[in-house]
Order: sequence, then structure tokens, then C-alpha cells
Amino acid sequence: MSIWEYANPKKFMQTSAGLLPFVWGVTVVCLVVGLIWGFFFTPDDFRQGSTVKIIYLHVPSAMMAINAWVMMLVTSLIWLIRRHHVSALAAKAAAPVGLTFTMIALVTGAFWGQPMWGTWWAWDPRLTSFLILTLFYLGYIALWEAIENPDTAADLTAVLCLVGSVFALLSRYAVLFWNQGLHQGASLSLDKEENVADVFWFPLLVCIAGFVLLFVALVLMRTRTEIRARRLQALLARERLA
Amino acid sequence: MMPDLGKYAFAVLASYGASLALLAAVVGLTVWQGKRVKARLRDVEARQGRDDG
Repeated sequence: MSIWEYANPKKFMQTSAGLLPFVWGVTVVCLVVGLIWGFFFTPDDFRQGSTVKIIYLHVPSAMMAINAWVMMLVTSLIWLIRRHHVSALAAKAAAPVGLTFTMIALVTGAFWGQPMWGTWWAWDPRLTSFLILTLFYLGYIALWEAIENPDTAADLTAVLCLVGSVFALLSRYAVLFWNQGLHQGASLSLDKEENVADVFWFPLLVCIAGFVLLFVALVLMRTRTEIRARRLQALLARERLA
Repeated sequence: MMPDLGKYAFAVLASYGASLALLAAVVGLTVWQGKRVKARLRDVEARQGRDDG
């Protein structure tokens, strides 16, 4: 069996229909457990006080905002190279979800930044590259809507996705390139000395799992809708020709 | 049961409120669009099935 079998819309619909109830179930469990654990059962940080509770939303959403764009990059490349329609539709389906995660990261970052940095916003390298990534998400969604021919739309949005990947990577690694920003380095590290304390780390891991699964569930659902919409367009076109 | 958030209560509660609202919006939009397209497709398939048959 090859992975390319899932590029067949029928196979994708069958497989995703079986997967979705399980993915949704684990998503809800992870999000409910992770957020309740983080909000109600973790202590305040000695420096940041109760604002540390924002980490359970800010870090997973920021991670997924970038990872969603990486997923769109991979599926766009598959479209450009192999011309599998399902991969182009999966990229289209992921964009509003990625935009939502980006907005959550920006909003929670502002609410966290105001009491800690004394400002809602700073033209810091990571924040600025994240804002540009948001604009790329908006541009990507607008471009899909603006072009009538779906294959042309898939081609042009795939190229836009390639360009936007620079900012997705910048928003991840900006703190390593520039030292003058307000934003601290990565909260998560394989080095135990640098990683957040275990008491925050374990609920954060559960929240990250919840956000990843929520992304998978939403993208599967939205891709199914896009496949149905494509079939609907084809049937309506056939009706007009008849 | 509610933890004491101290002077940062607004920042924490606003973060949770805004995030949950955005998540609910994207889930709601996804479900609504899915149902709408599915229903339209079913109607068109049924109509064309009748016309063909």
C-alpha cells in the first residue's frame, strides 16, 4: 500500500470518516484535561505570577500557527510536483485553522506582554515576523477566493505558500538571529536546565497534544468539505452543459 | 475552586476568553460549512439521479 492512495478523494473520504470520531474524542479529552490542569492546578510562577497560565494557550497556538504553514508548504509542494488535488485542497483547508491559531498566539501574547513588558505590542523580530505570517495567511485565503479556476488558484496559492514559508521559519527562529527583541527564547527545550519546570511542562504537553489533534481534526473535516464542494461544482457544471 | 489570579486576573481571563471564543468560532464555522455543502451536494445528486434515471 502506498501513501499516494490517499490522494484518491474516495479513499481519503473513507479513511477520514473512520478516523474523525477517534481524533475528535482524543482532542476533546486532551484539551479539557490540559486546560483544566493548567488553569486550576498549577502554581503561579515566582516572577510572572498567574500570567504563566497563559502559556497553555500561547505556546501551543504559536507552535501550531507555524506548523500549519509547514503542513501547507508540504501539501503545496505535493500539488506542484505530483498534481494531487486532495493535497491542494488540504492546504486550502488548513489555512483558516492556521490563521485562527496565529490570532490566538497574537492576542494571548498581547495580554501576556502588557503586564510583563509594559506594552501590548513591540516591533520585536519574533512578533513582527508573526504579524507578517498572519498577513500571509489572510493573503493566502483571499487568493483562493479571488481566482475562479481551482487549478490556477492551487498553483498561485502554492507559490505564495513557498514565499510565506520564509516568514514561518523566521517567526520560529527570529529569537536566535536577533538578540534585541523583548520576546524570550524558546520555552521548551530538550535541555532540562532550559526547559520550563515540570509542574508547568506536563500540562503544557497535554495542551500541545490537544492543539495538534484539534488541527488534524479540523483539517480532515475541512478537506472533506472541500472535496464535496469540488464535486458539487462539477455536478453543477454538468447540469449547465446539459 | 477558582484560583486566585491576583492583579493579573484580567490578562489571564481575557486570554482564555478570547482564545476559547476563537476556537469555538473556527470549529463552528467548520461544522456549519460542512453541513451546508453536504446538504447541497445531496440535493444536486438526488436531482441529477432523477433526471438521469
